[in-house]
Amino acid sequence: MNWTAIRSIFFFEMARFFRTIAQSFLAPVISTSLYFVVFGAAIGSRIQEVEGISYGAFIVPGLIMLTVITQSISNASFGIYFPKFIGTFSELLAAPISFLEIVIGYVGAAATKALIIGAIILFTAFFFVDFSIEHPLAMLAFLVLTSISFSLFGFILGIWAGNFEQLQIVPLLIVTPLVFLGGSFYSISMLPPVWQTISMFNPVVYLISGFRWAFFDTADVPIITSLLAIGLFTGICLLVIGWIFRTGWRIRQ
Amino acid sequence: MPNIVEIEDLKKSYKGGFEALKGVSLDIREGEILALLGPNGAGKTTLISTVCGITTATSGSVKVGGYDILSDYRAARAMIGLVPQEINLEPFERVINTVRFSRGLFGKPRDDAALEQVLRQLSLWDKKDNQIRELSGGMKRRVLIAKALSHDPRVLFLDEPTAGVDVELRKDMWEIVAGLKASGVTIILTTHYIEEAEAIADRVGVIAKGELMLVEDKDKLMARMGQKELEVQLDESLVEVPAALQSDALRLCDSKRALIYTYDTRAERTGITSLLAGVAKEGLTLRDLVTRQSSLEEIFVNLVHDGDNKPGKEDAA
Repeated sequence: MNWTAIRSIFFFEMARFFRTIAQSFLAPVISTSLYFVVFGAAIGSRIQEVEGISYGAFIVPGLIMLTVITQSISNASFGIYFPKFIGTFSELLAAPISFLEIVIGYVGAAATKALIIGAIILFTAFFFVDFSIEHPLAMLAFLVLTSISFSLFGFILGIWAGNFEQLQIVPLLIVTPLVFLGGSFYSISMLPPVWQTISMFNPVVYLISGFRWAFFDTADVPIITSLLAIGLFTGICLLVIGWIFRTGWRIRQ
Repeated sequence: MPNIVEIEDLKKSYKGGFEALKGVSLDIREGEILALLGPNGAGKTTLISTVCGITTATSGSVKVGGYDILSDYRAARAMIGLVPQEINLEPFERVINTVRFSRGLFGKPRDDAALEQVLRQLSLWDKKDNQIRELSGGMKRRVLIAKALSHDPRVLFLDEPTAGVDVELRKDMWEIVAGLKASGVTIILTTHYIEEAEAIADRVGVIAKGELMLVEDKDKLMARMGQKELEVQLDESLVEVPAALQSDALRLCDSKRALIYTYDTRAERTGITSLLAGVAKEGLTLRDLVTRQSSLEEIFVNLVHDGDNKPGKEDAA
């Protein structure tokens, strides 16, 4: 293992993040605050408690997940697409490093950035609503697993994308709807039966449910199902990355 | 001199069937400067990219310092530095950071003293904290060289280092390359400028249509390419070359109204003065004088043409 190379990639990517610090931190913090003001304070005050939790608190786990998922995907996909776009990717190919080391460096950096932003949003949430975390370790585990698995997904997206439009289209058309319909703002049990069944095909439902369980000890689906779902998603991403690694798809001609 | 790079029967076909390399074999000696001359699309960049690991060969083998580039890719690539043709740099990154990153990628521990030496050698030290976008084109090219040298490679590939560079910068680049050779680095550079090969190379390889047409010591090749023709156009037709003027270098043009004299531009005496004196002595009237030098492109075309006629050669398809 070429750890020096992994460290180099990791810190180079993190440096980009800190260079654009305002954009990196402020944008998610401001948009989350707006969600709290609109849904938590304005509309939330007219909504009765959901599963025994005030609406403002109920949306906290979903909002964190929403941000962590979108940030993981955009960080990782951009991180690997950008060198492809400006041509510095050839430097990675000519370096004495394996594809695995490239993945660890880029995915590690993308997941770390998403985690930092997730933590900031959690911290921001305390300013707006009262809540406590029932299972802090489980919460942390969910957060770490989610950021890693969606960073892996973002990495695949960045390798696949041939232009900036393709880079945006998957998050826009697939991920955002899945996350919004994944129970960020409501409990699945609030939906009509047909939509409850349809929701069960949305992988994000399991994530948000498990994450909410870590906060409030209440969930739409059993916690073990949530863990299996995210494990399965991570496994699929790893398989795809392994395949890219073997075939050099969209990487090496 | 031992060989530091050994390329054997390297072939590369792209999807769609285009054959970029049709079985190239080439040994590169340690410490030399080898210039690969060839027109655009000849396969120069593909050859370099394959040795450096950016593209995968369809068949054939490459060893760098005795290490196979596939089975021992870490050891092989650690010895190589690559200066790509395109200026691929992150515009907002600082010079020192991007060079430090390159060194790290090659698994070398941070060593600011070594990087300072590289940057000073390339006159980049006072620009080390500048963002890439603030640099001129020539400076950016130097940054690419600094990145390639950051991990102390023993072999340096320069892919058209002076394409689109003005004359002064080109001279600078040649000096840099000479300096690198003096420090013991083996240098392979591609170019389509014959003067460039002439100015700095020890050996010259000519590559065209995916084939290595020849590899020769520069001096021998230059002698072949330095031939020039002088066409002495006359007012009257001749039957044959006048007896007093007869020599191997002189022949009668097909139109019979001109004499064609072949000479070496770099010879001590080209013989033009005595030729013209002889022409005057014969009482011939000059109409015009034209000199011609076969262009590099022409030489390539001839070489490729000769290659096609080689007996027993497989079809290019």
